[in-house]
Amino acid sequence: MSAPLLQMRNLRVTFPGPRGPVQVVKGVSFDLGRERLGIVGESGSGKSMTGRSILRLLKPPAKVETDLLRFDGMDLDQLSEKQMRAVRGARISMVMQDPKFSLNPVMTIGTQIAEALRVHEKLPRREIEARVITMLEQVRIDDPRRVVKLYPHEVSGGMGQRVMIAMMLIPQPDILIADEPTSALDVSVQAQVLDLIEAMIAKNGMGLILISHDLELVARYCDRVLVMHRGRVVEELAAGRLHEARHPYTKGLLAAVPQMDERRAILPVLDRAAEYET
Amino acid sequence: MSCALEIEGLFVRYGRDDVVRDVSFAIETGESYALVGESGSGKSTILRAIVGMARDWRGVIRVDGRDRVNRIDRQFARHCQMVFQDPYASLHPRRTVNDTLTEPLKIHGIGARDARVIAMMEDVGLDPRFRFRFPHQLSGGQRQRVAIARALMLEPKLLLLDEPTSALDVSVQAEILNLLVRLRAERDLTYLLVTHSLPVVGFLCDRLGVLRYGQLVEEAPVERLRAGTFATAYAQELYGASLGGGDRSGATVVAET
Amino acid sequence: MVDLRNTEADAATEGDTRKAGRMGALALWLTDDAPASRVQAQAGQAYAIARSFARNPLAMLGAFIVGLLIVVALFAPWLAPYSPVGQNLEMRLMPPSAEHWLGTDELGRDILSRIIHGARITLLIVVMVALISAPIGLLIGAVAGYFGGWVDRILMAITDVFLSLPKLIMALAFVAALGAGLQNAIIAIAITAWPAYARIARAETLTFRKSEFIAAVELQGASNLRIIGIHVLPLCMSSTIIRVTLDMAGIILTAAGLGFLGLGAQPPLPEWGAMISRGRSFILDQWWVATMPGFAIIIVSLGFCFLGDGLRDVLDPRQRDGR
Ligand SMILES: Nc1ncnc2c1ncn2[C@@H]1O[C@H](COP(=O)(O)OP(=O)(O)OP(=O)(O)O)[C@@H](O)[C@H]1O
Ligand SMILES: Nc1ncnc2c1ncn2[C@@H]1O[C@H](COP(=O)(O)OP(=O)(O)OP(=O)(O)O)[C@@H](O)[C@H]1O
Ligand SMILES: [Mg+2]
Ligand SMILES: [Mg+2]
Repeated sequence: MSAPLLQMRNLRVTFPGPRGPVQVVKGVSFDLGRERLGIVGESGSGKSMTGRSILRLLKPPAKVETDLLRFDGMDLDQLSEKQMRAVRGARISMVMQDPKFSLNPVMTIGTQIAEALRVHEKLPRREIEARVITMLEQVRIDDPRRVVKLYPHEVSGGMGQRVMIAMMLIPQPDILIADEPTSALDVSVQAQVLDLIEAMIAKNGMGLILISHDLELVARYCDRVLVMHRGRVVEELAAGRLHEARHPYTKGLLAAVPQMDERRAILPVLDRAAEYET
Repeated sequence: MSCALEIEGLFVRYGRDDVVRDVSFAIETGESYALVGESGSGKSTILRAIVGMARDWRGVIRVDGRDRVNRIDRQFARHCQMVFQDPYASLHPRRTVNDTLTEPLKIHGIGARDARVIAMMEDVGLDPRFRFRFPHQLSGGQRQRVAIARALMLEPKLLLLDEPTSALDVSVQAEILNLLVRLRAERDLTYLLVTHSLPVVGFLCDRLGVLRYGQLVEEAPVERLRAGTFATAYAQELYGASLGGGDRSGATVVAET
Repeated sequence: MVDLRNTEADAATEGDTRKAGRMGALALWLTDDAPASRVQAQAGQAYAIARSFARNPLAMLGAFIVGLLIVVALFAPWLAPYSPVGQNLEMRLMPPSAEHWLGTDELGRDILSRIIHGARITLLIVVMVALISAPIGLLIGAVAGYFGGWVDRILMAITDVFLSLPKLIMALAFVAALGAGLQNAIIAIAITAWPAYARIARAETLTFRKSEFIAAVELQGASNLRIIGIHVLPLCMSSTIIRVTLDMAGIILTAAGLGFLGLGAQPPLPEWGAMISRGRSFILDQWWVATMPGFAIIIVSLGFCFLGDGLRDVLDPRQRDGR
């Protein structure tokens, strides 16, 4: 097997807390080839921090340390900020968790997507417009000509998420890090959007890191799954065998999902008593 | 008769286009009703029209027997409140939990604020230690509890919930769903829930309406959802997709950029 | 239920407790993660900001300079070795010496004492301008951004008219119309300063005008006045404070410019700009007369710039990472 696209060894992320440093990611390692890797875990387990560290998006006071962070032969942690900018977006892109938070509230959707394209390629204006429209169509937005003129607060929650995805896919990156990309989408659109990503993986040999709390989704769309809990990877599984998980935490997560023919009066929850300390 | 909410022939418009077209449904007092449908089908817009945030609508909206006018008013605020989709965006970043929860009481000149806030926090399962924290010091699930508590401060009878759990992870979702079930039983609330997750509907609701392109295509009791026997093809398709594995053949999209 | 308590010991929490043992009671109170009152919560917030501010050396330098300006202004009569207006014609234009550290001017007045007393005028100008222009700008900007539509268009049209004229020239015109003097100079500068704050406050308001937390208070039936005053303004505050601090240098320079032209503080008031103006006739032979107040202006202006930059780093949420 050839060298993996991305190698990460022993990632640690530390924030200065009011009472001394707090480590929120405590040594995460993985390799990513041209494959689909899922990261699941509850809120606050460090999933997003892991994703953001790859792109070096964490700014001080956050402290990020790795023993190794290599992408396509480059040591990402050695690159200058300028070289890093060339990697971000063009070669590795990330769909952020909160679309409304990540989109510029005073710029139209069309302008923002065009911006993402323009940064990496010089194209005539006509062409850019056409590419933006095609991309929006591909993420299943009906009537893209109307949507490009809207501001973020004028689109529905799910449309905002798809706009983010369009923005990130348009430069055709090598790795896509998708942080809860479809949490506001209904299942059928969710399936279509993920199929689009899947098709791009098949076509361009892209690598995908799918961060999600939706276990079903991850099981369906990934090859491998890492389960994170409080900053550590507690279990690594082949996606198809998620239901054979042994770690009590993973089992707890699985039990908490409501079923279609739900007849339980209350759903089982994880005991968070210990975590109220934070 | 007792209808908490009646909607007849509702059209809602943004700019020149109607995004909700001729929607009618009614919710009985104490019932829990879900609106499902694909993204952009106008679910949130219906809620926004009910509370008066979307102003350009025609038709009839009757809350507790009274016709709605198309603006926000104080009396209505005490009867009906809304919980928003995104717990990260729906709390003021510079106000503590306590400020957020006392605000509705101040607006309506209600006294005994401390006691009410403490009682409400207990009701929604928020530890009293969080009372003077800022939103960024809370987790997503805790924030959503604050948002629910805020909506309940004025003791409304009708609660509009716009995807209350879609931004939360499954374990927190389970907590919030349990909380909603308990609160409804304790306080005789009526819910209008917008969601894209059919299992959540199955857990929380009695009836559901399926929206598509701004129109209501089917109404069904939750038993039909559990059995998976919808009358219309679209609803059945939605159901199939939710079951998992489902709708992947109908969605073959090829990346061509 | 799945019990997670025993699956893993949380190293960070342990670290917390150990570190906590070494902290004072006050610091413990300030960093309590379950504050018992609003006061404690806000003090804790301020403490966190102060701590991250303290990590930035330039910002600390700025704070030190500004602090020094305030102390000097407050205690000027006690700090100044001589009277700022007392003339001594025998000691005219003396170079810096042990007796007169910064030398004397053409009327034999001690320059150090004049600069020390001048700090009061500078501080007065800066504080008054900020107190007049910032609230006006904030309010106009927040109202325009919140209501939008024609309210916005009218208010911003007015703002733009003011913004399109060069500041110093507009201040000059106002002083010329109102008459020379310190008070009129302050008013004139304030009139030229508010439009920038209105623009900032409006831009800031627009970014969260449609957000759900504002919608939530609207739904509770809050009046527009209440929403703007309690919910909108506090969010515009930090960017305005940053901008005001950064503008301080400009305000000092404008005031000095007016003083230099004889339109600001009138003699014998030891205003720094006026001092430069009088010293310029001796600039070649008695350089210290004009240069010393010039240094004072530069140092204080830089101090405000550093402070503003530091404040931006700690107050502006966009500069901080995460939410
Ligand atoms: N700026 C910050 N300062 C201190 N701690 C932070 C900061 N940002 C995040 N954290 C902490 O880092 C931890 C990991 O956060 P992260 O966003 O990676 O969680 P997540 O797994 O993505 O959760 P979610 O599912 O809610 O998105 C959390 O416990 C959080 O409180
Ligand atoms: N302020 C607005 N101005 C113009 N169009 C708007 C505005 N708000 C919403 N829309 C449009 O109305 C339509 C319905 O939006 P709505 O928010 O009701 O969808 P939704 O069913 O809640 O979808 P989701 O599940 O994605 O949240 C969308 O096409 C959206 O673009
Ligand atoms: Mg996250
Ligand atoms: Mg919606």
